[in-house]
Formats: sequence, C-alpha cells, structure tokens
Amino acid sequence: MDILQLLVSGLANGCIYGLIALGFVLIYKATEAINFAQGDMMMLGAFITLGLTNTGYMDLPFWIAVPLAIALMGVFGYLLDLIVIRRMFGEAQIAVVILTIALGFVMRFAAGTIFGHEPQSLETPYAGQDLRFGGVVLGVDEAVVVIATVALTVVLFLFFNRTKLGVAMQASSQNQLAAYYMGIPVRRVQSLIWGLAGVTATIAGVLYASKGSIDPSAGLLGIKAFAAAVIGGMGSLPGALLGGIIVGVIEPFASRYVAAGYSQIAPYLLLFLVLVFRPHGILAQVHRKKV
Amino acid sequence: MTTASMEAHIKDPDFVLRIDNLESFYGPIMAIRGVSLVVPEGRVVTVLGANGAGKSTLMKTISGVMDPQKGKIIYRGTNITGMAPERVVRAGIVHIPEGREVFPLLSLEDNLAMGAFTRSDGAKAVQEDLDMVFSYFPILKDRRHQQAGTLSGGQQQMLAIARGLMSRPKLMLLDEPSLGLSPLLVREILTIIRRLNREQGVTMLLVEQNAKAALDVADYGYVMDLGRIVIDGTAETLKRSKDVQEFYLGVQTDSQRGQKRWKQKKTWR
Repeated sequence: MDILQLLVSGLANGCIYGLIALGFVLIYKATEAINFAQGDMMMLGAFITLGLTNTGYMDLPFWIAVPLAIALMGVFGYLLDLIVIRRMFGEAQIAVVILTIALGFVMRFAAGTIFGHEPQSLETPYAGQDLRFGGVVLGVDEAVVVIATVALTVVLFLFFNRTKLGVAMQASSQNQLAAYYMGIPVRRVQSLIWGLAGVTATIAGVLYASKGSIDPSAGLLGIKAFAAAVIGGMGSLPGALLGGIIVGVIEPFASRYVAAGYSQIAPYLLLFLVLVFRPHGILAQVHRKKV
Repeated sequence: MTTASMEAHIKDPDFVLRIDNLESFYGPIMAIRGVSLVVPEGRVVTVLGANGAGKSTLMKTISGVMDPQKGKIIYRGTNITGMAPERVVRAGIVHIPEGREVFPLLSLEDNLAMGAFTRSDGAKAVQEDLDMVFSYFPILKDRRHQQAGTLSGGQQQMLAIARGLMSRPKLMLLDEPSLGLSPLLVREILTIIRRLNREQGVTMLLVEQNAKAALDVADYGYVMDLGRIVIDGTAETLKRSKDVQEFYLGVQTDSQRGQKRWKQKKTWR
C-alpha cells in the first residue's frame, strides 16, 4: 500500500514534468533550439490564471479563467516567436538558447513585480478534496492532473496525426526546406508551435499551482523537466511524457528510501545513466539521412 | 541560338514561364549572371550543365526560396519575381528539389497530403489526384503506410515527384531527378515525367547533369555554364551539336582537337 501511495503521488508530479518537457520537445523539434524559458512560461501561465481567478485579484470563475489564461499564453507564445525569436533566424543555436534564458529571467521578474515573491496558491473548486481507494488516498487535485494530462495527450496525438496543420508542423520540423517547397508557411507554423508551447505550459502551470503553491521562481522546475525530456528522447513527444513520469515517480521513492541529501540527485543520476547507455533517450526518434 | 530563334522553332509561343536577364547570388558568389529563357506551355524544357553551373540556384530563384538581385520572372503574364514560396506554389509552380527531400518520419500518405497543403478545392478533388498519382506510381500505393525515410532512393524520387503533383501544378521544376539512380531507374523516371507532361498537361522545366537522358525526353534545351546560358536549341539540334556532344554527352571524336576546341570555346565568356 505504501508503495502504491508513493507511485500515485509521483505520477501526478511526473505528469506536470511531462507537460513541461512536452513544450521543450515541441520547440526543439520545430526550431532545433532549446527554450529554457519553458519552465518560466509554465510559471507565467499559472500566475495569469491566478490573477484572473483568485479573490484578491479579478475573481473570475475558475472554469472561465483557465481557458482565458490558456488563450492568452498561446497568443503570448505566438507573439514571442513573431517579434523576438524570429529575428534570431540564421544565428547560431546557442544565441537562441541564451536569449531564452534571458527571457526566462524577464518573465520571473515581471511576475515577481506584479504578484510579489511570496508563494501563493491557486484557488480551485476542487481544492482539499480527497478520493479514497482502500488504503490509498488520492487528492482530487492529483486526479485532475492525471486526467488532464491523459486528455491533453490524446488531443495532441489527434492534432499531430489527423489534422493538416498538425501534420504540417511535423513536416516542417523534419525537413524545413521541403516544407517551403510544398508551400507550407514555415515561419507561421513555427510561431504557432511557440503558441502551442505556451498552451501546454499554461496547462502544466495551472495543474502545478492547484496542487500546492506557486512563486515566481517555480520556473526553475523547468530544469528537471528538461532532464525528463532528454531521458525520454529529445525528439519524441511520447518520450517527453514518459521521461516526465519516470522522473516524477523516482523522486518520492528516492526521498523515502535514500538519505535526505542524496535523494535530490536521483533524477539527474538517471539522466546521466540514460546519456551513457542510451544517448538518444528512451524513445529516441532518430533518422539517419541516407546518402 | 537565341530566344527569338526558339520562337521560330516552336510554333505556339504561349509561354508559361519567361525569365529575363536574371541575376542571383548563392552566398557571396554570383551564381546566375544574366539568364534569360522561356518555357512554352505543355513542353518539356531542359537546362543542362555541369556541377556549379548555377542550375539549382536558377530553380530556387524561380520557386521563391531564393531572391534574385536583378531581372524578372514572368509566370503566365504575372511577375512572380521574389514572391514567397507558398504563393508561388498556390500560383501553380512546384519545385521538386535535388536530393528528393521527403519528410522522413511521415508516412507516404502524409507526405502526399503535404504536397496538397496549399489546396482548398476539397477532399474529393485531392482524393482523385491521389488516385491519379498512384496510377503513375503503383509502388507508392503498396507502401502508402510506410515511413518515407525507409524507402529506397528511387522510390523516394518517385514520392518527391508524386508529392509535387498533389499540388496540381501547371509547371513542375525538376532538379536532377536522376541523381544517384541506376540507369534503368533514370529511364523509368524520365518516361513517367514525359507521360505526366503528355497526359496531365504539366509543363516541365528539367534540370539535369545527365544530358543524354534529359535530351531524350525534352523538346528544347538550354546549356548553362558558370551562371550563363551558352547554347540553346531544340533537343534534336543539341544532340547533334558538336559542342554539346563533346562537353556534355561525353562523345569524343578527337581528344587532342577536342581539348583545343574547349579552350577556344572558353573565350565565349
């Protein structure tokens, strides 16, 4: 029972890591750059929701605030690419990476200025309720995390495989030049992917903030999610979710069975092992170009 | 031979494409130095030339992937110079790039669907074209659920042409479709290109290093060297031309004399 309880709480955390990792992979596949502001976009999405729904702020109903925040962050991601990132077109990848790190700082301080640096919790209609299955206690918030992640995964799967735009996003990331030749507006597609990354980040942020509290430095969680993305295979969307869940599940087990100081190392130790023995990640999507 | 003499050769001067004095840079290098050519409706026109002659740059400039420095590209009476690639595709020009460039992890079917990306004439019309495309390339139908990256080079070339066809082009720009293929496959692909031209009415602008194969299917040909058109004429004329035979068809009459002639001809430029 004890193990089951650890597994369940790890799963909920893992889903959140997985959703942030998803954002890393989306942008990496589309632009071959790593968006280190992904964690901060998660934080920003959570704070926008908080600002819209919490009683001290705008006091909108939760179920209106969430879609509104998702839409706002989608537009934010789109415009971020359109106005800032696209100007780096043709520059070295490292320049884009450093730019995203800087953008992360900007978001962190902007959120700190507006909302303060103290942890705050997102007011949700389901806060504090529990589900009991035998001896296992599952918070409704944790159940919502898992259900929302599964639902989002299904939606994204259908989007990427069944819709013209989704397939075009895949096509543009696999062979940008060929996408141009086929008349796919590659740059607009890339901006849309940044928008989508904003959407998934916000969903992750809402789930994260509803489970505990959030403060402007919560975006640093992104590093753990990045490790998850690499563990899962940096080019693979299912891999990102799998990597997130693995990291999420390992954590509570490590803190239960390993000495306190060392348990924090567990996800990175796993990252190390994966990089040594399976450098492309667990679900690698490697295509070697034939001559 | 000049454009004027070409108009005399081909009775119907209804040009799909007319290029006037085009100049284009590939990085710092001026890859095209004032090219003028015409492609008449319903014909197969080939541009021959060695590596680095500027053929691919010419194609990329037409399809809008590269912008020219100078000159004009007129497609069916409209100036398309410097137009964005997606608008060029919508206008009816599709570019089949050198080296196939398929989407390796997408299924064949999804690759073909991406060929139809710019179309808005409904799923039924696209499905009809899919059937048409499969009738020319039956092997693609058998493998339509396979990932494109797992296909052989010849099959990928077929897929690249088929994907281009899905955009319902009026003009197809084919960049080195014979690259890296066996002689038998080259013949097969070029035969299909000729059939598509005759049966589907797609005008073809075919860039080739394999001059012999290209002249077998083309109506008219231009020879490019170092960014300029140096010779042009009907396919028959070019095949008989001593210069083309020596420099591009590899026919050696007298190697000593040939060398001398080559040096003499160098003063063209």
